[in-house]
Amino acid sequence: MAKETSKRLNSVAALEALRKAMVASRDTARPCITVCGGTGCHSFGSEGVSEAFKAEIKKNKLDAKVEVKVTGCHGFCEKGPLVVIKPKDIFYQKVKEADVPEIVAETVANGNIIDRLLYTDPNTGKKVTHESDVPFYQKQKRLVFGNNGLIDPTRIDDYIAVGGYAALGKVFSGMTPEGVISEVKKAGLRGRGGGGFPTGDKWQSCRDAEGEKRYVICNCDEGDPGAFMDRSLMEGNPHSVLEGMIIGAYAIGSHEGYIYVRNEYPLAVKNAETAIKQAEEHGLLGKNILGSGFDFSVKISRGGGAFVCGESTALMASLEGKVGEPRAKYVHTSERGLWEQPTNLNNVETWANVPLIIGNGADWYAGIGSDGSNGTKIFSLVGKINNTGLIEVPMGITLREIIYGIGGGIPGGKKFKAVQTGGPSGGCIPESLLDLPVDFDQLDKAGSMMGSGGMIIMDEDSCMVDIARYFINFLEGESCGKCLPCREGLKRMSQILADITEGNGKDGDIELLERLSATLVDCSLCALGSTAPNPVLTTLRYFRDEYEAHIKDKKCPAGVCKALVAYSIDEEKCPGCGLCVKACPVEAITDMGKKKPVILDKEKCIKCGACYDVCKLGAVIRK
Amino acid sequence: MKAEAKPDKQKVKSILARYDDDAGMLVPILQDVQAEYNYLPKEALVQVGKGLDVPFSQVYSVASFFKTFSLKPRGRHLINVCLGTACHVRGAARVLDEVERRLGIKSGETTEDLRYTLETVNCVGACALGPIVVVDGNYSGQMTGSKVKPLLESYK
Repeated sequence: MAKETSKRLNSVAALEALRKAMVASRDTARPCITVCGGTGCHSFGSEGVSEAFKAEIKKNKLDAKVEVKVTGCHGFCEKGPLVVIKPKDIFYQKVKEADVPEIVAETVANGNIIDRLLYTDPNTGKKVTHESDVPFYQKQKRLVFGNNGLIDPTRIDDYIAVGGYAALGKVFSGMTPEGVISEVKKAGLRGRGGGGFPTGDKWQSCRDAEGEKRYVICNCDEGDPGAFMDRSLMEGNPHSVLEGMIIGAYAIGSHEGYIYVRNEYPLAVKNAETAIKQAEEHGLLGKNILGSGFDFSVKISRGGGAFVCGESTALMASLEGKVGEPRAKYVHTSERGLWEQPTNLNNVETWANVPLIIGNGADWYAGIGSDGSNGTKIFSLVGKINNTGLIEVPMGITLREIIYGIGGGIPGGKKFKAVQTGGPSGGCIPESLLDLPVDFDQLDKAGSMMGSGGMIIMDEDSCMVDIARYFINFLEGESCGKCLPCREGLKRMSQILADITEGNGKDGDIELLERLSATLVDCSLCALGSTAPNPVLTTLRYFRDEYEAHIKDKKCPAGVCKALVAYSIDEEKCPGCGLCVKACPVEAITDMGKKKPVILDKEKCIKCGACYDVCKLGAVIRK
Repeated sequence: MKAEAKPDKQKVKSILARYDDDAGMLVPILQDVQAEYNYLPKEALVQVGKGLDVPFSQVYSVASFFKTFSLKPRGRHLINVCLGTACHVRGAARVLDEVERRLGIKSGETTEDLRYTLETVNCVGACALGPIVVVDGNYSGQMTGSKVKPLLESYK
């Protein structure tokens, strides 16, 4: 008990004194091995690597000299597990437990670089030693995401040492709630969850609304498939999100907050819980925060795996213990939301931007980004791309710079076909628009949207009709069923697209899809339904010929739609190596002996494509 | 057999107490009940409704609305094939086909011997590793059809 009270900070001055003491006690020249503990690296076995480092350091009696730290996601998930050795910032990728003794003996003890663990730039063939020189990082502007790789998310000390809660201190050193709101307005911050609504205006209307209580909510129900920036922020730097929420709550006049997290993100739940507990112990949450007289507490609620709960009214219904169905928004949630009280909901990334704006000032923030879309945005660059991972870039950067500059282009020498942005409600953008600056308004104009920031790259082997079908199927399953256009319209669209991809498409199908789309856009109750046709509309706009090939010629040009493709063996090219024979799960391919082409039994073939994937000689034909 | 155990009133009671009998916490409460029993037994749902003073119809509607919840006993091992967009463009559908073919069940079903339950998930947020299959919370990345058999066999 005595220990707990000793942690409590009773004034801004006490916070600053603690920070000063922490910074002074930290030796920046002391070697520190940081191991990425984000979900990507974790799945590649980073936990074993960090444990091995701890054991090896102990074994070599280096405990006092070297620190081992498990950090949040660095973003370059493709190359995990990632290890960065400070202070020299030596960047090792794909590190295995077996590499650990060598790293400690060579790099940590003697400063020697181990060549084989360095990243090789696929375009130049050059090895890169320092994290900041890797092209993937070089072109980014990591403001919100930058501390992820530096701090241990389970330690509040780490966050405070890098300047954490200083913005909150600034707020309590004389800023009025109105002053905070006007600063956020002036910065031009727009919601990062998809809608792009001006955050300051939302706060203002919540503050002005009448009610007994006000609530603030952090939306971490990141449902867009292919987007995981909110997950990484909540896992890797939860205090930055909390700091944003406390500032927002003060500005709005709220004393109770919720973090609504997807249940599929167990580590985010755990780290958020730890962060709340630590903030309470330090007097940064709870009663009389930093001696300011302001009270604010935060609870965590876990979602139940429903995409529609990312929608504000559905999320609030779920928070009240009801089915997550949206309601019509004649009255905004900022006026009447959770338990019928004024409620302000922002997503994780939006909240994490707030301390930056308050700390550095609105003018600084407004100087970053493009006209009408200030600041940076985190995107998840995934799909058919060389450098998969999370990137943070200033708004207004072009798609080409992202895909080729940061992403390193398309693997296997394949041709780029489209980039899908905005999640299931977004659209597919073709090659001809690669020089489009990426911001809220430009993406809208192209028929897509910013959404929460997923960017799924597709190459020549992706079928655009299949992609449209995928999203419509997804949304059909996630439609809550409350309003008819969405419930029945998506079902019908899904049936038509299934027919087209199965070779049963007929004349008039495209027009019918367009008519149904218009109905959904105009008549759906919430944004799930009204934006649902976007994947169909954009693929029709930019890739109509692929629909026509499916309907008229009964062909899938990309070779994806099972019913429209057949596999065969090119006898001239097949050396009879037998790789495909082993890969085939149904024994449809027979080995005819060395140097003789294999034989494929089309009756037995289930068109799984396993043979096509293993054959590097192009001897399996898919048509 | 954990799946068939009769719900223990005391267990549900202690879960409710953890949330101060707060009706707003219905979803997390049901998650905890499911974590305990592997699914949501009817008796437990009735008890939750009574404990929170919420009509059983509301408890049932919430339990049947959210994808996480199962009203039927599930297998010893829960297989989740990720069908997020990033996994999809890298061939997740073919991985799912192969799991379904090998187990002889469709997504949402449980094998007769209660060894596996197969489900799909919209995205687990580890897109760099796609296609991903999660078994009992363990991620296997960069899956292909031919990796399915050894993966399944490693879960007895």
